Amino acid sequence: MLYKKKWPLVVFLVPGLLFMLIFLYIPFVENIKNSFYDMPAIVKMPGTEWKFIGLENYKRLLTDTDVRTALLNSVKMMVLTVIFEVGIAFVLAVLVSQVKKLQQLFRTVYFFPVVISATAIGLLFKLFYNYNGGMLNQILAVFGVEPVNWLSPELAFIMVCIPTLWSYIGFYFVILLTGLSDIPDDIYEAASIDGCSRFKQVFYITLPMMKSVFFTSVTLAVTGALKVFDLPWVMVPNGAPQGITHFLGTYMYQQTFGLNNYDYGSTLAVLIVVLGIVVSKGVGFLTEDREERAEKKAKRAREKAEKKAALSGRKVQKREVA
Amino acid sequence: MDAAVQVKATVKRRKKVKISTIVIYAILILWAVLTVFPFVWVVMNSFKPSAEVLRSSFALPSPATMMNYENAFGKLNVLNAYGHSFLISGSVTVGVMVFASLMSFGLTRYHFKGKQLVHSLIVASLMFPVFATIIPVFRMIVEWGLLNKNIAVILPQIAGNLSFATIVMTGFMQSIPVEMEEAAYMEGANVFQVFGRIIVPLCRPSLATVAIFSFLWSYNDLFVQKIMIRDPKRYPISTLLEQISSQYGTDFGLMAASVTIIVIPVMIVYVILQKNIIKGLTAGAVKG
Repeated sequence: MLYKKKWPLVVFLVPGLLFMLIFLYIPFVENIKNSFYDMPAIVKMPGTEWKFIGLENYKRLLTDTDVRTALLNSVKMMVLTVIFEVGIAFVLAVLVSQVKKLQQLFRTVYFFPVVISATAIGLLFKLFYNYNGGMLNQILAVFGVEPVNWLSPELAFIMVCIPTLWSYIGFYFVILLTGLSDIPDDIYEAASIDGCSRFKQVFYITLPMMKSVFFTSVTLAVTGALKVFDLPWVMVPNGAPQGITHFLGTYMYQQTFGLNNYDYGSTLAVLIVVLGIVVSKGVGFLTEDREERAEKKAKRAREKAEKKAALSGRKVQKREVA
Repeated sequence: MDAAVQVKATVKRRKKVKISTIVIYAILILWAVLTVFPFVWVVMNSFKPSAEVLRSSFALPSPATMMNYENAFGKLNVLNAYGHSFLISGSVTVGVMVFASLMSFGLTRYHFKGKQLVHSLIVASLMFPVFATIIPVFRMIVEWGLLNKNIAVILPQIAGNLSFATIVMTGFMQSIPVEMEEAAYMEGANVFQVFGRIIVPLCRPSLATVAIFSFLWSYNDLFVQKIMIRDPKRYPISTLLEQISSQYGTDFGLMAASVTIIVIPVMIVYVILQKNIIKGLTAGAVKG
C-alpha cells in the first residue's frame, strides 16, 4: 500500500474502535453476562452484590405472560410492517414511476413523516384518538355516531400500529423507487412490443428484478419493528391498558428502568437480539431461491477446501524452511 | 376502411391511458393528503384555545391566538430544551463525522493484521439494538457520575451511529482514486496532511450523509434521553414533549402548539435540504 509507515494507523483506528469497544462491544457482552445474575441495584455496593443465579431469569421469561403479549405484539408488528409499510410503499412506488409530472413532489411529501420524531407523531395521534373531542370522535359526531374509545383494550394495539406504519412508508417508498429506476427501460419496451400489459409487467419484470431491494426493505422493516419504542411509549405508556400494548422494547424499558429489574431487563434484551438475528436470517433464507442457496453452499465448500489447501501448503513451506 | 379502424383504435387507447393516469394521480394525491393532513391539522389547531379544538378542530382558527405558544415558552422552558437538544445532537454529529472518517481512512488505505476482523466487528455491531447495550452503559454513566449531563446522551449515541457511518464512509473512500494522494505523498506531505487536505474535502458528500442521519437520529431519539436525563430542568426536546403529554394531556391547544414547536424547525430544514436528507436517511440501505 501507499503509506509505508504503519504507526499513523493507531491515530486513525484507535479513537473510533475504543469508542465502540467501550460503548458497544463490552456492554453487549456484559449484558449477556448480566442476564445470568441477580442484580439488586445497578451499581455494585456493599449490600447490593450481584449473585450468579444461572438460568433463573430465562425460566422467568418462559412463564411470564406479559412477555408473551409483548413478543406476540412485536411479531404482529413485523408482519404488519412487511404487509403495509413495504406493501403500500411498493404500490406507491410503482404508481409514481408511471407518471411523469410531480414525481419529485410526491417523493418529498411521502418522505416527510420519516424525519419527524416518533415522539411528536405519538402526541399528534393522541390528539386524534382522544375520547372527549379528539379528531376522530369529532368526525363520528358529524355522522351522529357515538364517540368511540379508540385506546380501549380491543382497539389500542391497532391504533398504535397505524401511526407507526404510516410514518415510515415514505422511507421504503424511496428505497423501492430507487430500485425501480435502476431497472433498464428497454426491458419494459421489449415486453410491451411483445404484447405484455403494464399490469403483467409488474409481475413478470418488476418484482423479479427488484428481489435484492425487497430483501433489504423487508429486513429493515422487520428489524425496525423490533426496535419500536418511542411511539408506543408516548401514546400508551407502560403498555396501557393493562400491559396489552407492550412491545418487547417497551416491556424491557418498563422492567429495567420502571421496576428496576436490571437482570430481567438484560434477559429481555438478549431475547430481542436473538429474535432480531433469527428473523433477519429467516428473511434471507426465504428470499433466496434454491439455486442461489446451492451456489452459496458450493462456494463455501470451495473456499473451505482452498483454505485447507493453503493451510497445509503453508505448513509444508514452514517445514521446508525449518 | 382499415385506416378508419386503426385511427379509432388509437383514439381508444389514448383515452384508456388517460383514464388510468387520472386514477393514478388521484391515488397519489390522496396519499399525499393523508401524509400532510395530520401536520396541517396540528399547526392549525395550535392557534386555537383548547375548548375550540375540542369543538371544531377542522375550522380555521378565528381569531388566531398565540396563547398556547406563550404558555409553551413561558411554562415549559422550550428554549432551554432546544439548547440541550442542539448541543447533544451537534456534538454527536461532529463526533461521528470525525471518528468515522478517521476509521474509514485507516481501513481503506492500510493493510494490517486483523483488518478483516475489525471490518466484521463493525458490521456485526449493526445488529446490536440499543436495548442490548443500554443497561451496562447506564451502569457506567452512573458510576462515572455523569447522569443528567448532556455527555451521558452524547457518548452512547456517538458509538451507536459510528458503525453505520464508518460503513458508508469506507464505501465512499474506496471509490476515491489513490493517484492524487500518491502525488501529494511523493511531494513530501505526511499522511495527516493528505488526510486533512485531500481526503476530507473529497469526502464532503458522504460526510453530509453521515451528518444528516446522525443529527436526525440523535435529535429524534427519546429512549436514550429518557434514561440518561432524569432532571426535568435539563430535559432535551423529546423528553420535554413526553412530559408535556403526560402532564398537560388535556390541554389540547398546548399539546398542538408543542408538537408544532418540535416539528417546525425540522420541517424548515427538510424543505431546504430535502434531497440530501432523503439520500442521507436511505443511504447504504439499497447496497445493504
